[in-house]
Amino acid sequence: MAKLTREDILKLAQLSKLSLTESEITEFTTDINNILNYVEQLQKVDTKGLVPTSQVTGLVNSTRPDKIIDYGYSPADLLKNVPNVQEQQIKVKRILE
Amino acid sequence: MSDWQAIRSIADDVRSSKLKATDLVEKALGAIKEQAAYDAIITTVEERAKLRAKEIDEKSSNHQDAGRLAGVPFIAKDNFLAFGAETTAGSNILKGFNAPYQATAIERLEAEGAICVAKANLDAFAHGSSTENSDFMVTKNPHDKTRVAGGSSGGSAAAVSLGMTPFAIGSDTGGSIRLPASFCGCVGYKPTYGLISRSGVVAMASSLDVVGPLAMSVDDVALVTDVMAGQDNLDSTTIERDKMSYDDLSLELKGQKVGLIKEYFDDSLDPMIKQLIQSNIDKLTKAGAEITDVSLPSLPLALAVYYIVCPAEVSSNLGRYDGQRFGYSYPDARTLEESYLQSRSIGFGKEAKRRIMVGSYVLSSGYYDAYYVKAQTVRTKLINEFNEAFGRVDFLIGPTAPMTAFKIGENVDDPLKMYLTDIMTVGVNLAGLPAISLPGGMVDGLPVGLQLMAPQRADRKLLGLAKTVEGLIKC
Repeated sequence: MAKLTREDILKLAQLSKLSLTESEITEFTTDINNILNYVEQLQKVDTKGLVPTSQVTGLVNSTRPDKIIDYGYSPADLLKNVPNVQEQQIKVKRILE
Repeated sequence: MSDWQAIRSIADDVRSSKLKATDLVEKALGAIKEQAAYDAIITTVEERAKLRAKEIDEKSSNHQDAGRLAGVPFIAKDNFLAFGAETTAGSNILKGFNAPYQATAIERLEAEGAICVAKANLDAFAHGSSTENSDFMVTKNPHDKTRVAGGSSGGSAAAVSLGMTPFAIGSDTGGSIRLPASFCGCVGYKPTYGLISRSGVVAMASSLDVVGPLAMSVDDVALVTDVMAGQDNLDSTTIERDKMSYDDLSLELKGQKVGLIKEYFDDSLDPMIKQLIQSNIDKLTKAGAEITDVSLPSLPLALAVYYIVCPAEVSSNLGRYDGQRFGYSYPDARTLEESYLQSRSIGFGKEAKRRIMVGSYVLSSGYYDAYYVKAQTVRTKLINEFNEAFGRVDFLIGPTAPMTAFKIGENVDDPLKMYLTDIMTVGVNLAGLPAISLPGGMVDGLPVGLQLMAPQRADRKLLGLAKTVEGLIKC
């Protein structure tokens, strides 16, 4: 039975790039344990000889000609939602302290 | 409630200039304003809709073909990228996002003359069964304002049932079209996985997401499906569509083998709903259908599979919301790491965070095999059982949900209880099957959905059956 601790939740938050409030930590510890306990019923299912499904239609290698299709959008159109643009580049904060 | 004519006849009248697209758009916008209290709509697309209506009226008066959906107003769930308004997916993190391109589904509808007049409310990122996870508001049920409209396409279903527009479009990952259709009393169609392009739809769980229509009749959802369906260069998961159109429907019920899903009729099903569904099934029997009991032993496990597969895919799809390229960006960050952390923590609502965390857990090394791979393997088992069932019967039938619309607030404190509302809808998503929810009557003044399912790519046949069944239920 899954029993995630406060530390586990903090580790998961870090992996998920989330910073949680105290009340979120408490709430998620309960919620996520409940969810994991529910899904754990699958452990008992006999799946011998079966392969996992990752897609359902059986399509294989959908290809198209390697040709540029002009949809008529300018770089400015595509950059209009970027919070911080400089010379048609996306500007981000420094990586190192 | 809805007083629109059949979509086909509206478009015919617009093409022959008997009706004006401008009047239809006015009517839709008027209805949206009048029923604002239901909180079905996040934003209207007024200016662009009026402009397009004018163009269509001009086309018609010049005797040019204005399309199969000429002048028909519609509402798109707000996770479809559309011009003329923001696309928020019901989330704070996408507030203010202006789509640089449109969803293929919307492009195809517009190419046939349909006009998008508004964007409908949803659970943020389509995570939910009631729209209570919307970062903005809760959509009220058209039949009882103290109850939910269902979700996640709750805004779309309420809008159609309230008669704001003749149809709406939504997305269905675990039941998000069928459940609200069932709760609000309209028709909701989830096509075969890949039948309609998802380009320009905010991704939730990519191995499950499909696009589909909601309307007041099977004829209407079939016509709209026909316009949207087919391969798309911008979505490599799209499948080849039937050569024949989906809106030319008829299916002789006599001799059709319909399987009653045994697992859906256990004690968790409300006895009043059970009785109503049974009375509908009796009508099918009388009309010549061969009804047999079918058991899918792994179907009760579908929800557990879903709540591993879905959060896993959610956690990677929501990775793109990093505050750098689009969406909310924390203004006071000093480093890139802080920008990521704060933008996501402030921008995402509780359910999105919960699913990202569960997804990170089931995909993390050490747990990947026990959770994710195991779930995908049980998924195979379920698919095999569906295939076996469809070796014996042509269709499957059951309720859409074990309950009618619940009270607003009733399930919000218990995420697991909320998840259980999808227990009858998630199975077909895991197998990629088409399924439809039809209004099956009322229990205590609230609509009940009847669900029909078919093998993959049998969309045309399923819509044919649905039309026949719709006729039987009405008489």
